[in-house]
Formats: sequence, structure tokens, C-alpha cells
Amino acid sequence: MIETDIIIIGAGPVGLFTVFEAGLLKLRCHLIDSLPSPGGQLIEIYPKKPIYDIPGYPIVNAGELVDKLMAQCAVFRPGFTLGESATHLDETEDNKYLVTTNKGTQHKAPIVIIAGGLGVFEPRKPPIPNLEKYEDIGVEYIIRDPEFYRGKKVVVSGGGDSALDWSIYLVENQIVSELSLVHRRTSFRGHLDSVQKVMDMAAAGKINLITDAEVVGIEGQGKVESVKIQHATLGLIDKQADHFVPLFGLTPSLGPIADWGLDIDKTAVKVDTFDYSTNRKGVYAIGDINTYPGKLKLILCGFHEGTLAVQSAFARIYPNKKNVLKYTTVNGVNGF
Amino acid sequence: MENMIKVNVIDREGQIHILDAPTDMNMNIMEICKAHELPVEGICGGMALCASCQVYLESDTSLPEQGDSELAMLDQAFHVKDNSRLGCQIRIVEDIDGIVLRLAPY
Repeated sequence: MIETDIIIIGAGPVGLFTVFEAGLLKLRCHLIDSLPSPGGQLIEIYPKKPIYDIPGYPIVNAGELVDKLMAQCAVFRPGFTLGESATHLDETEDNKYLVTTNKGTQHKAPIVIIAGGLGVFEPRKPPIPNLEKYEDIGVEYIIRDPEFYRGKKVVVSGGGDSALDWSIYLVENQIVSELSLVHRRTSFRGHLDSVQKVMDMAAAGKINLITDAEVVGIEGQGKVESVKIQHATLGLIDKQADHFVPLFGLTPSLGPIADWGLDIDKTAVKVDTFDYSTNRKGVYAIGDINTYPGKLKLILCGFHEGTLAVQSAFARIYPNKKNVLKYTTVNGVNGF
Repeated sequence: MENMIKVNVIDREGQIHILDAPTDMNMNIMEICKAHELPVEGICGGMALCASCQVYLESDTSLPEQGDSELAMLDQAFHVKDNSRLGCQIRIVEDIDGIVLRLAPY
């Protein structure tokens, strides 16, 4: 069990800066993020893209901003639970919150700040009827352990780097007994050398490359036994398979937060702009995940929201302590 | 009206919406749809990274060639057809007056 003052769900720019603001009030933070590294969408979606509206930075690349935010909050030694998504929010008997992840890691704190951005990044699922019925019995969206596929007939679909790289890996290391790569178009948009390698392997008969085609159906009793592939000119093809692995990248969704008893407006959490609190006491929502009249989804606004939220959090944790705003210029930054 | 064009958007229920779109505000189709509260999410904010604004071009309007980032995204998206476009990559300019677009499933 991880215990702290503030659990921050989401390690994007707003979550990271909130660690700093909380630290100034001597409040410790622990961040949870479903992605394997901090930075949120800045790292996952656009690490190389420039941002022009961070005060004091005429231009800064998203990845660079995350590095700087990490450096800024490092003095307050935040904890991280990465690669796990927060799935449950429960109240404890001692008036605190217990946040549990999909892997069962438990976190306890009097304050929870949701800085979840666009939500949880989940694999993009192709629109195939019954697809979800076969999840974990032959349909996987992420390859965790390649050995899992030893001696199996595998159909991979997708045209990006992940589909190309895994196809190459599974064949080159002689793991699978048969590999089919299905892609909607004839050309691939992955790295040129990966594309060339796949083409070479297909020419040598090592990869069964099926382009201009899409997987449109799955069949099997209690497990995947075959997939139906719609080909642009050849029509419907039945392909025997033990596994179907669609690799179409990640897409964000609100995820389990939607079931936490919070007031939701479409895909955002409603907050009170006094302190960015939600309808649950001690639970705040900041950054892209919240909404209120006049809301702007800007990193800049998220920084402000986090700053006010931790002031309110302090008052909630220490109802008898008077807090006076101190300037970092006067007092410096005293870490933990 | 000066600096205004008509954009015709057919929603997922088949209903046509005729939208007034200003050409002098540096907007794109995704933003126009959102401004008129049509069910277009535009999750990524217009960076051609989510395909939640995919539309089918149903008029013979000539559009600029698709950029690399748009083609790369459409490669990963679903329900893609030959006339698929990302709304966020279609700029509101006079040349597209009267364009007809149908929202793709999402």
C-alpha cells in the first residue's frame, strides 16, 4: 500500500506541475499513469511538436517541456505508478481514498486529484462483430510476451511500425508456425527499412502478406480458430488462425473514471471553479479532463487549476492550520 | 455574405446540416462541426492524430492533396474509404464553398 498526501491520476504536464505546487505547501504526491512514462499526450501523441503558448517560452517542444516539468518537481520527490491505470476509487473508514489500479496496486491518501487529460490510452479496436467475445482467447491488442505465440498461427493486422516490427520479430526468431500480415492498403507507412524487410520476407515466403484487405470476422468455438478476410479483388478469404492481433495504435477514452460517481458532462468531469473540486469531497479534477463554463483546454489553464486545487487540498488536510501564500522568490524552494 | 461559405455536413443519421463557415478565421471542418455542435470529437485538437473527425467527401470539390500526417492517420483508422478525409485537415477557404461531407462512423 502506497500512502501519500495527494494521489494524482495522470502524469501529464498538469499533473507534474501540481506536484511542484503541492510541494511548496509541503504536501507529498504520488502519480499514477496508464502510460509507461510521464508526460501524457505530450509524450504519447506529439513529443516533437512545438508549443507556443507556455509563458516565458516563445517555443518549446512538447517532449522538452515534460523534461523541464520533471526537473522542476524532482525536488519534491514524487512517487510514480506507471503503466497501470487507476480503475477504482473507494472511500476508507478513516475518511481517505483508496485508489486501486488494474494491476491491483493500492494507493491511499486524503486527497485525489484527477489530471487524466484525454483519459486512458487504450488500443484502437477494429470494428469487427464479436471481437470482444474473443479477447484473451485468441485476440490480443498488445504483444506482451512473444513466447506466448510459439508454434502458433498468427494473423497480425495494421500498417504501422508496431504491426511491421512484431511481424518481423515473430518470424525472424522462428517463434510462430505461420504469420499473416493483413493491411488495408498495398503500401505501408512504417519505417522504410521495416517495410523493406517485410517485403523481402513476403517474397521469400516467410510472411504471408495480404494487402488491400481487412479482417472482417472471427470464428471459433471458445477460442479463435479462423478469421475472415475481405480482399479488394479476391473477395472473402477464410484463414486458419490461433491468434488475431490487431495493432492499430492507441486511442484515449474516459475509462473507469466515468464510474466513480462524479458529475460528468459528456466526456469531462464537472468542477467548481472556486477550487476545481468535483462533487465528491476531497476529489479534484484539473486540466483537459474537467469542464466548467468558459473552460479552455490549455496546458496554461491546467497549471492554474492545479495551483488552486492544492490550496484547497491543504485546507482540507489541515483544517486548523492557516496557510499564507509564500513567494518562491522570497523563500526559495525547499524540497523533501 | 462576405467571407462566408456554405459547408454541407450529413450526420450519422443521414440528416443534412448546412453550416455557415467563415473563411477569415483560420478554421477547419472539424472546428466548424464542433462549433455547430455536430457529433465530432476532435480529440487530438486538429493534429491529424485521432481520426475522430473522419469524413467522406461526397461532392466533386477539389481539395489540396493529403499531407503525410493525414495519410498516416487514415492508415490506422477504421471505416476508411477512397474518399475519406480528416476534417481537421480541410481548411475553410472560398474554393470549397458548397462542399458536401458525410461524417464517418467513430
